Amino acid sequence: MILCLVDDDPLSLEALTFASRLGDVEAVVFGEAAVDGYVARARHVLHDRLDEYAPAAWAQTIVELEPDVVVAPGTDRGHEVLARVAASLGVPLAANVVEAEADGDALRITRQRWGGSLLEEANLTGTPKLLTVAAHAVEARPAGVATTVEEFTPTLGEEHFVVRVTRREEPSSGAVRLETARVVVGGGRGVGSKEGFELLEELASLLGAAVGGSRVVTNLGWRPHSDQVGQTGARIAPDLYIACGVSGAIQHIVGCKSAKRILVINKDQNAPIVSHADWAVIGDLHEVVPAIVAELRKNGA
Amino acid sequence: MNVLVCVKRVPETGARIALTPDAQEIDTTLLGFTISPHEECAVEEALRIAEAHGGSTTVMTLGPAAAREQLQNALAMGIDTAVLLETDGGDWSAEATAAALIEAIRARPQPFDLLLFGNEAADSGDYQVGVRVAHALGVPCVTGIKGITIDNGRLTARREAGGGWEIFELPLPALVTVKEGINLPRYASLPGRLRAKKAMIERIEPRPRASALKTIRLVVPPEQETHVEIIGGGADAAPRVVEVLRDLGLLAS
Repeated sequence: MILCLVDDDPLSLEALTFASRLGDVEAVVFGEAAVDGYVARARHVLHDRLDEYAPAAWAQTIVELEPDVVVAPGTDRGHEVLARVAASLGVPLAANVVEAEADGDALRITRQRWGGSLLEEANLTGTPKLLTVAAHAVEARPAGVATTVEEFTPTLGEEHFVVRVTRREEPSSGAVRLETARVVVGGGRGVGSKEGFELLEELASLLGAAVGGSRVVTNLGWRPHSDQVGQTGARIAPDLYIACGVSGAIQHIVGCKSAKRILVINKDQNAPIVSHADWAVIGDLHEVVPAIVAELRKNGA
Repeated sequence: MNVLVCVKRVPETGARIALTPDAQEIDTTLLGFTISPHEECAVEEALRIAEAHGGSTTVMTLGPAAAREQLQNALAMGIDTAVLLETDGGDWSAEATAAALIEAIRARPQPFDLLLFGNEAADSGDYQVGVRVAHALGVPCVTGIKGITIDNGRLTARREAGGGWEIFELPLPALVTVKEGINLPRYASLPGRLRAKKAMIERIEPRPRASALKTIRLVVPPEQETHVEIIGGGADAAPRVVEVLRDLGLLAS
């Protein structure tokens, strides 16, 4: 049986779509997630102590269902829960898989390394086979099946609730989030200083954009780490990414390659970022950005 | 507090990754090496916790003899003791790495109150070594943490979730995997560097073991061909940029 872990993260539906290509899938659903049309059989996990996320309890639920293959979204939770299943059963976990194909009893997989700037082809044997699906490896598509939902209550003990979410802090309202912004204005070393970001802030405010920075920028303390776009920061997917004074190291490209369009403002036409761009202004951002701001204001923005 | 931090030596990639002819590894001929970013923050966090609560710090790595460089970096930042699990240089699976670390941790003279790992290594991105170690040692574990406080033998850990935060509370001893952003790592001082150069590094030869996940080869994904329109140089480009923004439907009017 192929089991797919589903929670309220939208990447769960991508994982379900991915898993469906490997065979008949059952979803194990934690919390209130809608899987209608994505899978024929869903088990809705019900337990009086599972009102909050508890990784060991989720892992034990999966172990109890005795699957042959487990697929989970490549999220913090997906990785954490499957790593626990892997540890308790003594089997490997293939993280951030982008392709999988049955090859006899084995699975031939391709997975991401270096945040996706390098791929690894590998052979996964043994039972169960555990894998997480890299974000956006597939598009979530309903399978067009009628979904039967059953309730499932796992046998859990005190030991499964030692680690659990004990409280939450909700996001502050108002701020445009990098991960969901339609436009992101990003700055790199070329911005020159903490104060230099005021220019980018101004442009961003006119476009309703979020402001981000490269790893260099957050390591220098010019921006808080939460503004980092890159392998160790936020992965963005805006309609437009405006990259100002960013050279384009792999670490950064991994974070912004899902942008639909990229506009680069850079002094150096040979900077690696230019080869990823749709448009490039070759010039000093300290002149170009104010000129764009002035032009936008002239146009009534 | 007796704190352990586990780190990995990884190449510093620039703008492009090149592979060795057999496609088994990255060609590192022209590359420098560093402690994987999340783990550099784990080193800093270990130091801050030991400074605040007293106690000692140990850094451990599994890697080639050259990984002494990363252990020395951690020592230079202020870590007290370094242990190298020396391999012949090949990439070890997550399972084999965890098994070797578990053995080495059990052999330490003092048990650890807190074990810090990175959330995932920059190169292999396996997301599991810390969890495996915690499972074998029977200590509670939480991953992807960007804030730690310790009070009365309990650890509070903060994880980013959907723009907000999830908060976990764990009894000690515990294992936590951290993400970059939990702190800004310090630079090693000059006296720290000198001390690190002279420090003794304990060496262990771990036993390799097979994994049911076997690498066939590495592949550099093909670059997406984009056609770049160069919109002039300097401030004169502004009208065309605004036109592009309008065409994309990003302007209100």
